[in-house]
Amino acid sequence: MIREPFATGDSVMHRLDPRVKVLSATAYSFLVALSYHFTTLWAALVFSLFLVASARYRPTAVLQRLVPVNGLILFFWAVVPVTFQGETLLTLGPLQITREGILLSARITLKSNAIILAVMALVASSPVAVLGHALGRLHVPEKMVHLLMMTYRYVFVIEQEYQRLLRSAKIRGFRPATGVHTYRTYAYFLGMLFVKAAGRAERVHQAMICRGFRGKFYCLCDFALTPLDWAWSMVLSGGMVGLLVLEWMNGSW
Amino acid sequence: MHISEGVLSGPVLVSGMILAAAGTTVGLKRLDYDKVPRAGILSAAFFVASLIHVPVGPSSVHLILNGIVGLLLGWGAFPALLVALILQALFFQFGGLTTLGVNTVIMAAPAIICYSLFGRAVHGATRKAFAAAFACGFLAVFFSALLAALSLIGTEEKFFKVSVLLLTAHLPVMIIEGIVTAFCVAFLKKVQPGMFARPGMTDPVRGEKGGGK
Repeated sequence: MIREPFATGDSVMHRLDPRVKVLSATAYSFLVALSYHFTTLWAALVFSLFLVASARYRPTAVLQRLVPVNGLILFFWAVVPVTFQGETLLTLGPLQITREGILLSARITLKSNAIILAVMALVASSPVAVLGHALGRLHVPEKMVHLLMMTYRYVFVIEQEYQRLLRSAKIRGFRPATGVHTYRTYAYFLGMLFVKAAGRAERVHQAMICRGFRGKFYCLCDFALTPLDWAWSMVLSGGMVGLLVLEWMNGSW
Repeated sequence: MHISEGVLSGPVLVSGMILAAAGTTVGLKRLDYDKVPRAGILSAAFFVASLIHVPVGPSSVHLILNGIVGLLLGWGAFPALLVALILQALFFQFGGLTTLGVNTVIMAAPAIICYSLFGRAVHGATRKAFAAAFACGFLAVFFSALLAALSLIGTEEKFFKVSVLLLTAHLPVMIIEGIVTAFCVAFLKKVQPGMFARPGMTDPVRGEKGGGK
């Protein structure tokens, strides 16, 4: 099921202006992604944890979100240390584990987790509809925002439609297995999904036109920067400057 | 197919963003306001479809489907896939903000390539169209894996072996995508042939009635 478990709440993160959140999340992600030194990366992880803590999510929900991402990172840990060339630390039969490979894997682990935690705190705390309007205010092309909102609106509907198709196939005794029959069945599911989606799009569009739609979603929420937004902008940019200083100090040594 | 945060270098991330921005601009320009709901709802369908796990032996792979996206949306594939990636980043924390550009190019550029290669052929005779659709699904994933491998190598030449592994690991996915795309196109040709975008037409995202020429 597709859900947005973090979008509702009344923590500081939920009350911040989405524009502030989107901008700082982007800047912060790039800063961390391009950092190199371990001191910076650990500091970034701590700062990200602080951000997640101030969003006051359920800790189990946060951990659940981290699992798939770290599964991917485990793949890196399995592959990078033995394929990366460099100083050999340990030889296991034909495999050589290199120092550079281990360091790189560690760096990727820290970076990924720091960025994901921060994005979870800053961006996932707003519903996508609000984020869409915020992006519009930040001069993202209107058509793009429109497309994002439309997609977001119908993701849930289409998912239900897919579940219904799957249910009816199961009732008729469909059991997925490796084989052409299964693949063909899934292909027909998809085809049906696209046909239904296109039909629905046509009806939705006509209904929108009937109600006077002129190619623009009007936003009822008011974006205004409060003292809280200013304070948190300072905290966030302070954190980023701190990380920059750390990175620069380590670099000059 | 995603490259996660914190792996790629600055130059690779920036060039990905520039290419993605260019592709998306072209895609948006070719997308009428009237056709945005259609593109949006189709992109929602792709998003949902990419969550489908298909069994392969003891394990399973999830569908990527950028080949079909190309066939159905033409250049609209760029903005549509960008939106799908944004939603994936927001809902599941897959991919992310910094890699959004690179990942969009990895997914959408092959969609456009396959659309221009096979966009006409899928309208042909049944057998030929089936083969073309298989090639479209297969090659779209192949090019995606290739682009992902290239962006890894562009970051660090020592990623070469990882990249080779990435390409070979996606071989079963390519075959399954080929089969699924072929059957899906055959199905759509029977049920709603007007759904496909056609190369050379100004408006790639077409209405339901736009069957033959």
